[in-house]
Order: sequence, then C-alpha cells, then structure tokens
Amino acid sequence: MKRQLLATSLAAGALAVTAASVQAQGSAAEGIAKYREMLQDGNPAELVVMRGEELWKQKRGPKQASLEKCDLGLGAGVVKGAYAQMPRYFADANQVMDFESRLVHCMVTLQGLDRAEVTKKPFSGGGQRQTDIEALTAYAVEQSRGLPASVPQDHPMEKAAFARGKQLFYMRGGPYDFACATCHGVDGQRIRLQDLPNISGNKQDAERAFTTWPAYRVSQGALRTMQWRINDCFRQQRFPEPIYISTSTVDLITFLGVNAKGAKMDAPAIKR
Amino acid sequence: MTRKIVLGLGAIVVLASCAGLATGPSHEETLKVVKGSFKDHGIAKVDRLDQTELQRVCSDSGLTGKALSKDVRERVEKQQMATIKYPADGKFLGDFKEGEKVAQSGRGMQWSDDEKTVNGGNCYACHELSPQEISFGNIGPSLKGYGKLRGYNDATIKYTWGKIWNTHAYNACSQMPRFGDAGILTEKQIKDVMALLLDPNSPVNK
Repeated sequence: MKRQLLATSLAAGALAVTAASVQAQGSAAEGIAKYREMLQDGNPAELVVMRGEELWKQKRGPKQASLEKCDLGLGAGVVKGAYAQMPRYFADANQVMDFESRLVHCMVTLQGLDRAEVTKKPFSGGGQRQTDIEALTAYAVEQSRGLPASVPQDHPMEKAAFARGKQLFYMRGGPYDFACATCHGVDGQRIRLQDLPNISGNKQDAERAFTTWPAYRVSQGALRTMQWRINDCFRQQRFPEPIYISTSTVDLITFLGVNAKGAKMDAPAIKR
Repeated sequence: MTRKIVLGLGAIVVLASCAGLATGPSHEETLKVVKGSFKDHGIAKVDRLDQTELQRVCSDSGLTGKALSKDVRERVEKQQMATIKYPADGKFLGDFKEGEKVAQSGRGMQWSDDEKTVNGGNCYACHELSPQEISFGNIGPSLKGYGKLRGYNDATIKYTWGKIWNTHAYNACSQMPRFGDAGILTEKQIKDVMALLLDPNSPVNK
C-alpha cells in the first residue's frame, strides 16, 4: 500500500513537471540571482558601520565611558577579528557569550547603562533608525571581514553550548512540529522560491549562514543582526519568542559558528 | 607504587573525559535551558515547547540520524491514525477556489498573528499545485495533477483526508504539519483543500 503510494507519487512528480513550468520557474530563479548580483554594488550597511564606529568611540552612559576598553575575547580594546571568534567563554561573566551578549555586557559594565533598558528593543522596526545595538554590531563584524570564522571549542562550557545548540537545532515542537532541521537539514530545498541553506549537512551552506550575517535586508531597508535572524526563524517556526541574547540563542549561534569553521567572514552582507 | 598511583589517576581522567564526550548535556538539561530562553509573545506561549512523544522521538531521530525502530514507528503511526476525524456529514470535498486561497496563505499561529487571524495552509511553501502558480517550494512532493493521476476514488479521498489531518499516521516523522489534529485548519478549510486536490475541475487537475 505504502510502496504503491510512493511509486504513484514519484510517477506523478515526474509527469507533472512540464517543460513550461520548469522554464517559468527557471527564469524566475535566474531573475532573483541577477537581482542579488546587482545588489552587491552598493551596500547601505556601510552607513550603519560608520555610525557604529562613532558610537563605539563616544563617551556615553552614567559612567561617561566609550566602548574602546570592551574585551571581546582578544583583550581589552581589540575589535579586529573578535567577531569571527565568538561566541566564546568569558571568565569574568562565567558564561559563553555571542557578540551581542558581550556588547550588552560592556554597555552595562563599562558605560553603566541599564541592562533592561539596553535590551528592551534590540531590533529596529520598519522605517525606523537602526538601534545602537545594530549599529555597534555592524561596526564590529566589519572588523572581521575576510578573516576566518574560528569559534572556539576549548572550554567545557563552549563544548556544552555547541552540544545544546545542536540538540535545539533538531528539537521539534510547537503546533507545526517544526525544528530548525525541518527547513535547514536537506540540500537544495526551497520555501516558495527562497533557497534554504542546509546548515547541518552542507559545509558551504553552513559557512554562508554564519559568515553573511549581520546583513542589510533590502526588503526591510534595515541592517539585521544574527540575533534577529534567529528570532525571525523561530517566529516562522511557530515557537514562542526567544529572549534576546538568552542561553539558547547563544547555543544555536555557537552551533552555526563552529560548523562554519575556517570560512572567511563576509559581513555585513546584503540580502534580498 | 608511585607509578601505580599515577597510572590509576590517568585511567580515571580518561574514563571521566570519555563519559563527558559520550553524554554531553542530557535532553532534560537542554530542555530546561531552552524553556528558560523563550518567553510568551501574544498567542505563541512557552508551553509550545512541551514536546509530545511524537515530537520527542522524531527530534531524537533527527539528532542521531537513526530512523525510528520498527516497533516505535508502528506504535506512533497507530496512535496518530486514531486522531483522524473524518467529516461528520460524509462530504469530503468543498470548493476548490476557496482551497486555492488556503493553499496560498502562510498566515497563522505566529506571534505576529493573533486569535482573529484566519490560518492558512501554506501548501505552496512546500508543494507545487496549480500550474499557474510558479512560486512553489520543494520540501514536499509535487501535487500537480493529484486527482487526475491517482483517480477520484474513495480510497484516495479517504487517504488524502487522513494525510492532511495528521500526516504522521502514514509517515511517523513526516515534516508536514498536522493540519487537522493540531487545529491549524478548520474542517471546512480542509474540505476546500481536498477539492483543490481532488475536484476534476480544479486547476491542479487541468
């Protein structure tokens, strides 16, 4: 019964795809590829990076301090190459932190800003000015462009973060029974015409998933961070909302980062 | 004597690190971390992370890359088969034009939706259906010509209803949502999607 159904559906698939629809879809995909190529010429993220740099160096908050002494894992004040090596374990906080977690940590500890206030609205809304967090993240990731992703797996907590991130990647839940792997675990899959990276099974896809975020999203007219990317995936997965820079988001970014080991950072990128 | 002690310590260290590698965080430990990392947002509540047995065994299967054992698969499929509710009035097919609308809509059950949002089936996200719609995904098989190829018979109609209501009854770890069982679509919406697939006049069968 089951075999017969399978055979029928296979035959149906073969018959159903007529030359016309293949051609129509082929040219649509080609058009999208051309559009993406044209986008590469000018990336508005450059403006966000510039604002981020100003913010980084500005004395702000109750302590009137800049972020120039922020330790991103390579020593106080070293921004060059730091993003490509995060998430990582920080002894002073005794936890694994992604870039955005560490940024908030520095804003709180160095500048004296209020944590709840800083994290209240990390992502800008449609047509709004980029948030400080978005601008600062754009600046930091630009300082890793061209450098290899090298998310460490030395400390036991870094290893545990990776292991939990992997478990979460395969965790099916919610009313739709979706996991990350539902859409991101097989080569060549699409939602409508949108190609989906196979993050768990294809090295090249996994590399792009980590090295091309943050990105300027043309359709939203905004720069989006990795925390945003994860947040919006979970929305479509019909999960509850991940708390900004919570442990599970850092675990998942650790899983993505380690899977992209050695690939050159290419962010902020520009996407559809 | 000293050497013996050193050897003994070495063995303990090796054993301990092996155990650490083999186990890692347990499912329960990770689930606790996950639950503490999400918050309610509108209609999307944290209790969505309470996994059913089906979600649990299929998550483990994905993580380990091992298919379900025959026993578990058969037990799960039997349980899921028991959830299928066939239409009370015995009418399986509605209006294919309405079915097309359900197939196009990807709305519903996200925290950006609310209780009043009319859920869609989002069929085109994963399947090819009507030939005029070229923006379709490929996570599921093409359903173009569905009724024409399979025949408009009672067995196909009943199977298709069950597959839409709860796909896991036929394929334990299928990626498709349980449109009837999870309350994503109403009985009427499912009838309309059925017509899209199985009405001879539907564009799917042209």
